[in-house]
Amino acid sequence: MTDWIEIGDINAIPRRGARCVNTPSGKIAVFRTQEDQVFAIENRCPHKHGPLSEGIVHGASVTCPLHNWVFDLATGQAQGADEGSVRTYPIDVIDGRIFMAAEAALVAAE
Amino acid sequence: MTEKLVIIGNGMAPGRALEKLFETDPGRYSVTIFNAEPRVNYDRIMLSPVLSGEKSFEDIIIHGDAWYIEHEIMLYKGHKVVEIDRENRIVRSEQGAMAEYDKLIIATGSVPFIIPVPGHKLAGVLSYRDLDDVHAMMLAAKARGHAVVIGGGLLGLEAAAGLINQGMSVTVLHIAPTLMERQLDPAAGYLLQKELERRGIEVITKANTKEITGTDRVEAVHLDDGTIIKADIVVMAVGIRPNSGLGKEAGLAVNRGIVVNDQMQTSDPAIYALGECAEVGGMCYGLVAPLYQQANIVAAHLGGDHGAAFVPQHTATRLKVTGIDLYSAGDFGEGEDREEIVLRDANAGVYKRLILKDDKIIGAVLYGETADGPWFFDMLKNKTDTREMRDTLIFGQAYQGGSPLDPMAAVAALPDEAEICGCNGVCKGKITGAITAKGLTTLDGVRAHTKASASCGSCTGLVEQLLHATLGDAYNPAAVQPMCPCTEYGHDDVRRLIIAKGLKSIPAVMQELEWKTSCGCAKCRPALNYYLVADWPGEYEDDGQSRFINERVHANIQKDGTYSVVPRMWGGMTNPKELRAIADVADKFQIPAVKVTGGQRIDLLGVKKEDLPGVWADLNAAGMVSGAAYAKGLRTVKTCVGSDWCRFGTQDSTGLGIRLEKFMWGAWTPAKVKLAVSGCPRNCAEATCKDIGVVCVDSGYDIHFAGAAGLDIKPTELLCHADTEDEALEIIVALTQLYREQARYLERIYKWAKRVGTPSILANVVTDRDKRRAYYERFVYAQTFAQIDPWEERVNGKDAHEFAAMAEFGMPVAAE
Ligand code: SRM
Ligand SMILES: Cc1cc2nc3c(=O)[nH]c(=O)nc-3n(C[C@H](O)[C@H](O)[C@H](O)COP(=O)(O)OP(=O)(O)OC[C@H]3O[C@@H](n4cnc5c(N)ncnc54)[C@H](O)[C@@H]3O)c2cc1C
Ligand code: SF4
Ligand code: FES
Repeated sequence: MTDWIEIGDINAIPRRGARCVNTPSGKIAVFRTQEDQVFAIENRCPHKHGPLSEGIVHGASVTCPLHNWVFDLATGQAQGADEGSVRTYPIDVIDGRIFMAAEAALVAAE
Repeated sequence: MTEKLVIIGNGMAPGRALEKLFETDPGRYSVTIFNAEPRVNYDRIMLSPVLSGEKSFEDIIIHGDAWYIEHEIMLYKGHKVVEIDRENRIVRSEQGAMAEYDKLIIATGSVPFIIPVPGHKLAGVLSYRDLDDVHAMMLAAKARGHAVVIGGGLLGLEAAAGLINQGMSVTVLHIAPTLMERQLDPAAGYLLQKELERRGIEVITKANTKEITGTDRVEAVHLDDGTIIKADIVVMAVGIRPNSGLGKEAGLAVNRGIVVNDQMQTSDPAIYALGECAEVGGMCYGLVAPLYQQANIVAAHLGGDHGAAFVPQHTATRLKVTGIDLYSAGDFGEGEDREEIVLRDANAGVYKRLILKDDKIIGAVLYGETADGPWFFDMLKNKTDTREMRDTLIFGQAYQGGSPLDPMAAVAALPDEAEICGCNGVCKGKITGAITAKGLTTLDGVRAHTKASASCGSCTGLVEQLLHATLGDAYNPAAVQPMCPCTEYGHDDVRRLIIAKGLKSIPAVMQELEWKTSCGCAKCRPALNYYLVADWPGEYEDDGQSRFINERVHANIQKDGTYSVVPRMWGGMTNPKELRAIADVADKFQIPAVKVTGGQRIDLLGVKKEDLPGVWADLNAAGMVSGAAYAKGLRTVKTCVGSDWCRFGTQDSTGLGIRLEKFMWGAWTPAKVKLAVSGCPRNCAEATCKDIGVVCVDSGYDIHFAGAAGLDIKPTELLCHADTEDEALEIIVALTQLYREQARYLERIYKWAKRVGTPSILANVVTDRDKRRAYYERFVYAQTFAQIDPWEERVNGKDAHEFAAMAEFGMPVAAE
């Protein structure tokens, strides 16, 4: 069974923005879209390790701040001509509270 | 023997359950109802038309007194039940009336949520739930005056529309950035706001109510940001809470609502909960469709049919304000596995968006034209595969089955008299006539000869289709490079239309200019944000999420995710106090690199993001502000030592540089702007390769511009000569403002100048003194909103979320 850890309130993240969750093995970027969907992905661009949480969020995608690769937040796949992907982590939102699967948080990039 | 059925609450849900029960099992139960409201069952949904005066209470009664008599129902009007004695199966009202039950239905509905701000108990603070509330509002409206409605959801907006119909002036306060954000995406929310404003309703979004004040009754509402709005009544419509207290006191399982199984039974099998007070499958419902489904299940269960079970339902929402057509259903979020189809018709105020997943509709938002709402909703519920009609789906049911609609064919089919350009009254025949007679091949040609699409430009698409239809493949529309794949418009058109149509927000631009995506992309959003900042100073609220990270956190991101911090050194001058502060900061925060930049100042490299506010606080304390080394804005003003020290110096180049920097810092520009002032033609400040450069001479100041020394190298052009420092400053500022108003996002001055030509620049900022003054004054006005040190703002807590992690997880405790 999955253990879920509460990581905070959805309003702690601006719409079309992201915040990070620090874990022993790296940062996880938690995104909130314009339409209040929440996604979590590894905060590390596969290109040259850009912090994806700092990118511009549009639709359900983010553009890496360093060299503009675009990632789909739901799948973690790079879009367009670029090839690569980031890990995604399961998230649940209940009554505006965001939960992350505990294993994800603790063994982020094992 | 008849069984005894008691119902607490006489709302729409139990009313429906009884109808069903009397149909299937007449005579099985003797029914007693307690209702806190002193009246029969009425259509609560229709309270808004009563408030607006379009209907009377009699019109909305569902069951009149005769119905209760006919079914031998004992209805206690105005009796609030205060106790359920489960052991003896008795309920008791406040007035002491009692009734025994074999089966009990709790249907107490919801209570309006009242924000517990100071003053919420003052007379004149109303909620919007029942007829008494409506009467109170209508009474207040007789005295005219001003109503403040807190809450821009369905209820609040219906209340606002009703109150304005009754002759009050109305302000709606809404906490989210757009109205009805739970049912509508931002584009539709924007249209709705525009329409309400057109009707005279003032709408304030992002409004956080701090307090309601008044001596005997309400007098004003105060917002967090200090705004005070005078109010004769305040209507709170911020949400509802399931009215589950009675169930809780009776010891039933209660979460948000009274917990029931899918047969609507509570934890006590003799007791049902029904309607808004019930929580089924973890959900409470607040629209009648699912409540009616619940009612049917309760009725079936009471009649002995235990087969029926509640299935979660999609609900569709409509706003019941006459003249506003709005419909939303399902899920309208975006996602990787979803596609959207957007149709915008800015002229007709129509916006439609369908969200598809696996070729099936999962959500729909319609504004302005909602006739197809039920059709889409039907397909949503039935999970209809839409592949076959994909191309025409968004046009609605009328276009299905027939030949697919080709926009070209549609334009070709228009009669010659059909008006194409509403602004200039140009019909199709005139346009096609001009194309053939004058041999026109471009949109600009058509604009020049017929004026079609030359004003607001919203018929541009139609005119292009006419060009295409008339010229066939000879028409090459690629002349204008669209801003990005989200739009057909180029930067210049977008800038022109923002002004022409008075567009003051990103959703407004996207709606009116028929953006093809709902939320733009990383290319168009920063550009739009700049255009709006530049065009509507003081009115447009900067959208941080549409800025590149550097401009959002006011530092430059480095390859390893750390930041660099560059404080301003006005005109390249510094002093021991500043240098000491920089040294102290570097020590205190263990900043790994300190470098002198090419722009005559000092760069602190490798600062951790979470340290930024601390670094800034210390630099601020020493009197330094952000150097905006990250900004599409004024960067550096390089100077040389000038007449203060240099044996060749002709003027105070350092002083002018500092003066320019202090005058212009904080201004956002299309691309970065770098200045330099040299004290003589030896030009030690390298002024002749800058965006704007001044070379001082004996007789005054030579003003140069449009230089480049980065990706391109290009010497400046001489713009003009100024006799005094004041004149030089005025010209430079006016030039910068002209650039701010005309250039495309990311276009440096030298590229802009090449595109528009030096003569037009001269005409605006040199030869015509009045024009120059006007540009100068517009810049000065904009600066009143721009010269705020972003570091200080953030040290004081702005955007605090940017600089801290959301959560921290420690090392896992020994794994098992
Ligand atoms: C720090 C500095 C180099 C240095 O160590 O001296 C620098 C550093 C960067 N420059 Fe520069 N430029 C610096 C002076 C210059 C100069 C010289 C000058 O200003 O006199 C130029 C040539 C003049 C010009 O602006 O064209 C210069 C032309 C560029 C360009 C090319 C712009 C162009 O349109 O041609 C870029 C790329 C861009 O902007 O897209 C750039 C971009 C950058 C960026 C912002 C790259 C980036 O996007 O991350 C570098 C940021 C590093 C950081 O975090 O600090 N930098 N850069 C200089 C900062 C000056 C300051 O005090 O603010
Ligand atoms: C202005 C307005 C507009 C609306 N528009 C729409 C719409 O367009 N579409 C839509 O689907 N829905 C709409 N709704 C919501 C809809 O009206 C409700 O979902 C529905 O009426 C709820 O029915 P109910 O039977 O659960 O509760 P209610 O109709 O609220 O009935 C509960 C009754 O119980 C009584 N009661 C409470 N406690 C006690 C007690 N202790 N003892 C005795 N009696 C008690 C109350 O006085 C009340 O009369 C609207 C609501 C309002 C207020
Ligand atoms: S020249 Fe400028 S952009 Fe290039 S590496 Fe040096 S600092 Fe960076
Ligand atoms: S590091 Fe993300 S695009 Fe280069």
